[in-house]
Formats: sequence, structure tokens, C-alpha cells
Amino acid sequence: MKNHIWRPLYVVAAIVVLILVFRIFYVPEDFGIQERGYTFGFHRLGNEQEWKEFPAKYRDSSYCQDCHYDVTEVFTVSQHAMIQCESCHGAAFDHPENPEKLPIDRSRELCLRCHSQLYTPSSGRSNIPGINPSEHNVGIECSACHNPHNPSLEEM
Amino acid sequence: MVEQIAAMVVHGEAWTVKDLFVLPNEYVYWSIQIVMYPYMTGLVAGAFVLSSLYHVFGVEKLKQIARFALVFSFALLPVAMLPLLLHLTQPLRGIHVLMTPHFTSAISAFGIVFMTYACIVAAEIWFVYRTFIVASVVRLSAKDNRTVYQRLLLQIYRVISLGAMDVSKEAVESDHKAVKFLAGLGIPVACFLHGYAGFIFGSVKANALWMTPLMPVIFIFSAVVSGIALCIVSYYVFMEIRKRAAKGGWNFFLPETIGHDRAEFSYEELNSMQDHEVKMTSKYLLIFMTLALTLEVLDMIFRGYTAVKSWDALRQVIYVHDFTQIFIMQGLLGNVIPFILLLLPRITVRRAVSASLLVLLGVFMMRWNVVIGGQAFSLTFNGFMHYSLPIIPNSIETFKEGLMGALLVVISPFVIFYFLNMVFPAFMEDKSATH
Amino acid sequence: MMKRRDFIKQTAVFVTGAALSSSALVMLDPKELLAQRPELRWGFLVDTHKCVGCGFCVKACKIENDIPIEANVTRTWVERYVLKKNGEVLADSPKAALNGFTSELIDQNASGLKEVDADEIAQAFFVPKLCNQCETPACVQVCPVGATYQTADGIVLIDRKWCIGCGYCVMGCPYGVRFFHPVEHVADKCNFCYHRISQGGNTACAQACPFGARKIGNLRDPNDPVAKTVLRDRVGVLRDEYGTKPQVFYLGLSKEVH
Repeated sequence: MKNHIWRPLYVVAAIVVLILVFRIFYVPEDFGIQERGYTFGFHRLGNEQEWKEFPAKYRDSSYCQDCHYDVTEVFTVSQHAMIQCESCHGAAFDHPENPEKLPIDRSRELCLRCHSQLYTPSSGRSNIPGINPSEHNVGIECSACHNPHNPSLEEM
Repeated sequence: MVEQIAAMVVHGEAWTVKDLFVLPNEYVYWSIQIVMYPYMTGLVAGAFVLSSLYHVFGVEKLKQIARFALVFSFALLPVAMLPLLLHLTQPLRGIHVLMTPHFTSAISAFGIVFMTYACIVAAEIWFVYRTFIVASVVRLSAKDNRTVYQRLLLQIYRVISLGAMDVSKEAVESDHKAVKFLAGLGIPVACFLHGYAGFIFGSVKANALWMTPLMPVIFIFSAVVSGIALCIVSYYVFMEIRKRAAKGGWNFFLPETIGHDRAEFSYEELNSMQDHEVKMTSKYLLIFMTLALTLEVLDMIFRGYTAVKSWDALRQVIYVHDFTQIFIMQGLLGNVIPFILLLLPRITVRRAVSASLLVLLGVFMMRWNVVIGGQAFSLTFNGFMHYSLPIIPNSIETFKEGLMGALLVVISPFVIFYFLNMVFPAFMEDKSATH
Repeated sequence: MMKRRDFIKQTAVFVTGAALSSSALVMLDPKELLAQRPELRWGFLVDTHKCVGCGFCVKACKIENDIPIEANVTRTWVERYVLKKNGEVLADSPKAALNGFTSELIDQNASGLKEVDADEIAQAFFVPKLCNQCETPACVQVCPVGATYQTADGIVLIDRKWCIGCGYCVMGCPYGVRFFHPVEHVADKCNFCYHRISQGGNTACAQACPFGARKIGNLRDPNDPVAKTVLRDRVGVLRDEYGTKPQVFYLGLSKEVH
């Protein structure tokens, strides 16, 4: 009974061993120090692949071109050519399979993103023709007069 | 896109009010529970340091309160962890801190330091109470008709005795040595436990208010201050209850009477004990308060004097937005008034306890002003955020990080202490001194 | 800058050699090949002169990365700065510019909408913000469990299965790019659309930008347009005083922006 002093220490040691054993089963095998060292690269390696496999929603205009060449032909020479199809027509996902139809945003708010006139010298915004939305044909969709695929005012 | 509508909660939006130019993702992410966390660890560390004053430095006058402080510190321990768990958005993954600690983070040490500290306190209690545990096993086994409660207690004692039933003179002597060693070891660990809580804040370079190397030191001293103050207040409260119970014979409030058939103290004995201990402890409170105050004032002066880029925003927070919390509640009520109360001659128990209560408020407000105040301004320095504490919870989030969650944290140590006191009577008068 | 230039020169030789020899063997998309090379360091270029504040980038980002569209948190956002002739600076980012800037009124949150007369305005411009994928990220350093980390090509990612949600990284980021995902309930932030760029694609925000104000590129490739600009033009970064070495470079940065 001399060594009763050490008994709490044995209990502590047992707890530590228990945690370490649990750790072996709990921590994924690919968890460790990777290229960027312990400070910046300590992680589960498999997660990098998980992020790479994250599903994309947006394609790009060339994807649309494959089928809708009749529209894109006109569009690519218009003043709006730099706008992606998906900015107004919505992200393609796996269209035409899923979704079969894309929701088109025809709201005034969409056009106002660029064409609401703001006084912004020293910004590219000042080069874009703008209107005052509270005065300019309130309540009417822009596309009633303007063709978004060919917005040239002469073509109206 | 459609399935995303389910269970959407922007963490922090419920209690943050933004003003002027604040970045879109900025919210008060660290709320009441992160105020509670350093407050509770502070109380643990402070209570432990108080008990060590007796065990290590042999401050004989603190004998009674030292034993109480030790057991109370143990009761506070699990509660220091509770605010963190309530704060995590993934509480079930809290174990990851132990599984894959990333030591470049100040938080990662939490699991290990916390457990080391818990082991030290538990071991110290074991050595302090070992003779008592053995005596209880012997006494309870000898009994013929044990109540359910006594049977349970006997089982507990048998397990925690760890089979060490030797109470010879040498064995008891080595117990005392072990206590002294552990109490000595516990002081730096307690300081580390809390100092690094300060480091968690002090090392956030993105936060202009938090980033100062003084933070850990300020945290340690205010921890000791609040720990001692809480010990005074709760010692007073528990002694009051015992006094009432002794007078009225309500054994329900005296768990040691139910379990251990100990002779009760008379009302007068209890009264003189309480008077002596509270007055003595309040002297130590005053010493540590002076140190804590000096550091805090130094920090404030330094910020104003050096006046770096962030000072414009900080000044706005300190002198305008948070004026009441900083100067009235923390400064005047929490520091100046209790300081005067403790300094005035012929201190009484009531005065010491009132001062301690105010000190507790002061330290709490200090934590509040650091944690909430540090998030009261935007990273842009051109906007401010106001934190409105959720009072009535309407979701799990507003419960966890609201008044109710905070109250849960405050009440828990007392509930734990009530049960812990049944096993380790904290107010036991022991003839064989344990230092 | 000298260091980087030397490094780019050195790698240039290696890269051209490697690209030539391997492309001769298999028919691979050169972009995809580039993405697999170890000599890859993603960087981003923002041209504030070109940004018009349409917010298509914010919308595209939210949809691409499954950030609930109406939630008031975002991986990228656009700020508007209005510098008045009297020296006063006003800035805002209503709804993180998800719907662009359509009003002249400046959103001052609790202080309401502020009207500024056009005559008083000296300058007004837009600044897109996103994660800087810092070389020494403060957010990664403070993660207690190794749930956020940097890949070899410089992108800072978050392991959604390992994050405990303590919020230390959110507090540690000097740029305010981190937040809690409203559905996943773990820390989240921009990762330069890692799933897209590592397959040779463009980021959703850069693709959606009609004006070319946002560009992603490989800083180690001397022929990369972004790397060229970073090397030859006068670019700035945000808050370099924190020592995080941001890898999002800005053209036309002003002292009011940080």
C-alpha cells in the first residue's frame, strides 16, 4: 500500500490511453500534414477531392450556342454580347435534361443593374446609357420596347 | 435551389444591428457564451488560486474557505466547458479539438490544458479527502441498515477510494505532501488555462481592440479577482443557509448530515467562522484588484496615447456607444465603488460581500466589453454593430446564445456543487490539517 | 517583387518544356493540364475601373456555390464608394450588391438611406471583394482542429465534415470574407470556385462579369494575363499591414478602400 500516491496518476494514464486509442479509430486515415506544412496544410486530404467534385451550375455561352445558334448568332454581334446567356436565362445546370426549361428573368430590376443612372465618375458605370427608373416608363417591362438580344436604339 | 429554403439561419443575424458601413458578412459572431467562457474559466482559476494560498503558502487564516474553494472550483470546471459547447454551431464535433489539435490555434490547447487542469484538481481533492473517504467507507460498511442514499454513497466512496485504504501516519503524511505539490503545480496551470483564454483574444490580429500582449495578463488578474469574489459570495450564501438550517433544524440543506451523521455546528460557531473567513479573504481580493485595475488602466491609456489608425473607431466605441457599459458598469460600479468599500476601515461581512458582488459584476462587464466591444465596430472602421441580447428564445440559436443559455451556465455550478458537496463535504472541519 | 519575377522566369523554362513534351503524348485540354501542374498558384485580378456594380457576380456566385440567395451572407460582394468634395467618404453594399446598385441612395443600415447630391460627388466607384486566398492565411492559423487549410495551389478550403463551428476563423480574417453557412452551419467562404478552376474552368463570378473586371489566373505562368498584369502594372492588395500576403490584386485601388 506504499504507493497509493501514484494511484491518481494511473487513472490519468488510463484516460490518456483511452483517448489515444479512440483517436486511432475516430480520425480519418488521410488526415495529416500536407504540402503547406502544419500551420497551413494540416487537414483531411480527401476533402480536396470532395471540393473538386462539387457540382457546377453554370455552363457558359458556348454551351448554349450548340443548340440555340439562331439566337446566339444575332446576340454575339450586339452591344450586349459581353453578357452571359445565363445572367438573364438562369444557370443551365443540366439543361435541356434537367431542368427542361430555364426561368427567364424579364424584370425591370435585371436591366436596372446596369442601366439605372447613377452619378459615378471614375467608374465604368458612367459609360453605360442609363435612365431614371422612377420616371422612365414606370411599370412596363423593358423588353416591351427594347430587344435584349439586340439593344441598339436604331433597331427599335 | 428550391430545397435550400429548409432551415435557413444566418448565424448572428438575430442579435446584430448594423449601423453605417458594415461588411455583408460581419455579425456579432461571438456573443454571450463567449463572454461567459472566460468568465467561468476565470472563476475556476481564481477559486483554485484562493485554495492554493492556504495549501501552498500556508495562509492559515484561509483554511476554512480554502477547502470550500477547492471543491467549488471542481464544480465550476465542467461549466467552464459548457459555454463553448453551447457556442459551437456543431457541438457534437467538439471532440475534434482533442482528436486533431492544430496547435497554431490558441483554442486547440483548450482540450489538453483543460483536462490537465481537471486532473490536477481532481487529484488534489482526492488527496485532501482521502482519509475522509476511507473513514466513510469503514463507517458506512459497518452500518446494518443503510438507506438507499447511504448505499449509493458507499458505492461511490468504494470506487473513488481507488482501493487505497491505508490511513497510517506515513500514508497521511504523504497525502499532505501530494496536496502541497499539486496545489503548487495547479497555480501555473490555472494561470496558463486562463492566460491562454486571454491569448485567444489577444492574438486575433484582425481585431483592433483585442490585439494586445497585455490581454493574457489582464485576464489572469481579473480571473483571480472574480474567482476570489465568487468564493466570498458563495461561501457567505452557503454559510447563511447552513446557519438558517442549523437554527431551524432543516437537515435537507445539510447533505453531510444525511449522509455522514456528522455533529452539527451551532449557529454561533458558524457565525464566527463565516465572519473570520470572509474578512480575511476580502483582504486578498483587494490586493489582486489593485493589480488588475492597474493593467486595465494602462491598456486604455496606451491605446489613446499611441492612437493608431483604429483609434478613431475604438474611441467612438469606448466613449460613445459603450460608455455606460465601460465607465458606469465596469468602471464605477465594478471597480471604484467596491475598491472604496474594501479600503474603508472596520470592514464588516455585509460590506465585504456587497463589494464582492460588485466586483463580480465588474469582471463580467469587463469580459462583456472585451468580447462584445471588440465586435462593436466594423473591419472597415466606418461602421458599427450593436449586440442585442436575445432574452426570450424563439429558436435553439437564441436559446443557446441568449439570456437563457447564459443563465443555464450560471446556475449549473451551484447544482453541481450541491451534489458534489454530498460526496466531499466542503464545509467539513477537519482536525488533521491538510497543508 | 524581385523574388516572384525570378521564380516565374525559372518556372517558365520548366513549364514550357513540360507542357510541350506531355502535350505531344496525349490529347489533353491544355487548361486542364495547367490545373494539374504543381507550378500553380491561383491569383485573382480585380479591375475597379471596369466594375459597374451590376452584381451579376454576386448572384452567380450564390447560385453556383449553393449559398441561399436571400440569406444575408455571401462569398463575394461589391462595395460602392462615394467620395465627396468635402472629403467625406460614404460607402455601402446593399444586400451585398446581389441585385446590383440601382439607387443613388446610400444604404447606411440603421442610419437609413443617405442622399448625396451629384454636385457634391468628387468620385464614385465600385470595388468587388472576395477571399484573398492569402499566402499566410490568418484564418487557417487559428483553426483549432485543422478544418480549414491551404491546398498546394494556394486555395484556402474548409472541410465541412470536420469544422466545429467555433467561429475563430471568422474572427481571424481581416477581410470579413468568412461567415457561417446558413444551411450547413459550418464556416464558409469563397474558394475561387475550386471545383471549376481545377477542371480548367473559370470562376462563376469572373464568367458572369460582363466587363472583365474580375479575372482568375495562374501567377506562376508568365503567359497568363493575370500574372502579366500583376507583374507589369501597378497593382495593390487589401490590408497588407496584417502580413497575410493577399493574392487578390486590385487595379485602381484608393486609400479609402481597405
